[in-house]
Amino acid sequence: MTPERARAPIHRRIANLTPQLVLVPTVLAAVIYVVMFSLWTIWISLSQSTLLPNMSFSGFDAYLTLWQSKRWTVAFTNLFVFGTLYVVGALMMGTLLAILIDQRVRFEAVWRTIFLYPLAVSFIVTGTVWRWIFHPQTGVELALKDLGWISAKFDWISDRDMALYVVVFTAIWHASGFAMALILAGLRSVDSDLVKAAQIDGASMPRIYRRVILPTIWPIFVAVAVVLLQFAIKTYDLVVALTQGGPGVATTVPAIVVYDLMFQRGQIAEGAAAAVMILLGLVCVLIPYAVWSSWRQRKEGADHG
Amino acid sequence: MADTIQRQEFDPLATGGANRRIRARVMIYGVLTLFAAIYLLPALIIFLNTLRPLDEIVRQGFISWPGTMSLSHWGEAWSSFCIGGTCEGVSRYFINSLLMTVPATALSTALGLVNGYVLSKWRFRGDAWVFGVITLGVFLPAQMTLLPWAFVLGKLGLSNTIAGLVLVHTVQGVSFTTLFCRNYFLNVPDDLIKAARIDGAGFWRIFRRIILPLSPPILIVTVIWQFTGIWNEFLFGTVFTSGANQPITSAIVAFSGSGTGERHYNVEAASVIMAALPPLFIYLVGGKYFVRGLTQGAVK
Repeated sequence: MTPERARAPIHRRIANLTPQLVLVPTVLAAVIYVVMFSLWTIWISLSQSTLLPNMSFSGFDAYLTLWQSKRWTVAFTNLFVFGTLYVVGALMMGTLLAILIDQRVRFEAVWRTIFLYPLAVSFIVTGTVWRWIFHPQTGVELALKDLGWISAKFDWISDRDMALYVVVFTAIWHASGFAMALILAGLRSVDSDLVKAAQIDGASMPRIYRRVILPTIWPIFVAVAVVLLQFAIKTYDLVVALTQGGPGVATTVPAIVVYDLMFQRGQIAEGAAAAVMILLGLVCVLIPYAVWSSWRQRKEGADHG
Repeated sequence: MADTIQRQEFDPLATGGANRRIRARVMIYGVLTLFAAIYLLPALIIFLNTLRPLDEIVRQGFISWPGTMSLSHWGEAWSSFCIGGTCEGVSRYFINSLLMTVPATALSTALGLVNGYVLSKWRFRGDAWVFGVITLGVFLPAQMTLLPWAFVLGKLGLSNTIAGLVLVHTVQGVSFTTLFCRNYFLNVPDDLIKAARIDGAGFWRIFRRIILPLSPPILIVTVIWQFTGIWNEFLFGTVFTSGANQPITSAIVAFSGSGTGERHYNVEAASVIMAALPPLFIYLVGGKYFVRGLTQGAVK
């Protein structure tokens, strides 16, 4: 019936190969992009490159220099502080908002829209706007002085010890809606019989959340934490727009060090080494998560089957 | 005894319970309103400052009720504001961003759709490996690809061009769209495909007649995610383009980062809003799908 049937076998064979042929461009791109680019950067990190790529091998020199530089140790420590506070803060904020919205509030969609919109706004816009608000010459401090509080002081953004917390606050503002949306979906998936049973036992609502609902959705908290950790490790735009890594190096993060070494200071090998460290950071988060979730899926499959 | 008291708390007809419930309601709405204010205030502050004269902002700062208002700064921001030597306003960078985002979104979505169809419905030897390599692209940090991309774009003659950014975002985006579409098509029953094959339908006919009609929901999700993600991207734009060829995110940083000269806060504020508008618009229109993409992307 169809014209394909009448054609010669060679056409048929090509037709049978169509699915694989369709994938060729993507596979090529992915192999180049994922495999070759990664190997390339790893190789550069092991080379003697400075301003230009120089492929002669020099071992782990770049890594040693990197780990001995104060900037990198500061950036690394900042990432730990920032990552921890950001993930914990966004999860707590997200849980609180999700529970509030879960109380059969009116105009639920409006509340959700308000809390989630920061996620659609770029880090650049978020950072720029909050910098104006936090900056003593344009923001809160000046507003307080205008209200008559002459000695008002709020200069965290230009204070070496406090600037990192401005980054944490802004990042939580940006991401807590994301946490809220996922946790809310989780709350809605909890078996209502479970909640009813707890109510009949006389448990109060806060207690039901603490003891029954939140513990059942803990895998969602893990998933959200993993995604947020990924964001934290890759964080770049927000810090550039908010503090440019300063004052001094007070808010420098690894991704900023990579850019600086590669494109400002012409230390390509060291920059590549810093990039590889970021990759390793992600691997440390993602591989355990992948192993854990496949283990859980298998277990679930076994439980149901 | 204790039992009956506790039961009363959950009896809708008990008056004590009603009082308690009203107090709880007031608390809930109070806290929600407070947080809503914290989330909305930055947007409101920036918007009001686009309308104020510059001397007023310099004197009173951003956080203050406007005295006089005018829309003129929006026009200036769009068409005559000077950024890094060129005085064409943000319109130029806005258009750059559009020229980058629209093709990259369309290409990565189209490729992802076909890839997802193959990887979910046409099993072949090694398909898991293929899928694995493509998926790894989602997680690879951009920093690992900066130097190789710079080299490749240079070789292709695409350095400092929007076309170069389209290429980068398409290649990077295909990983993501393939993952999304493949997971979505897994839910399309295989029997449907089998029946069509028995009827003599080939690869493309099944795609056109069965897969495409079923894809609008996932298409909307991937288009929204690709568009907002590519529009908001900053690192690639900054590293691979400069001056008049930059996308809008890089231009915003270029003018707000340069510390010399008088700052035109009101015009800058209008530019910042323009940079935020397209993704915000999409979010407000397609909010439902935005959330769907979010949940699929995070949990899978």
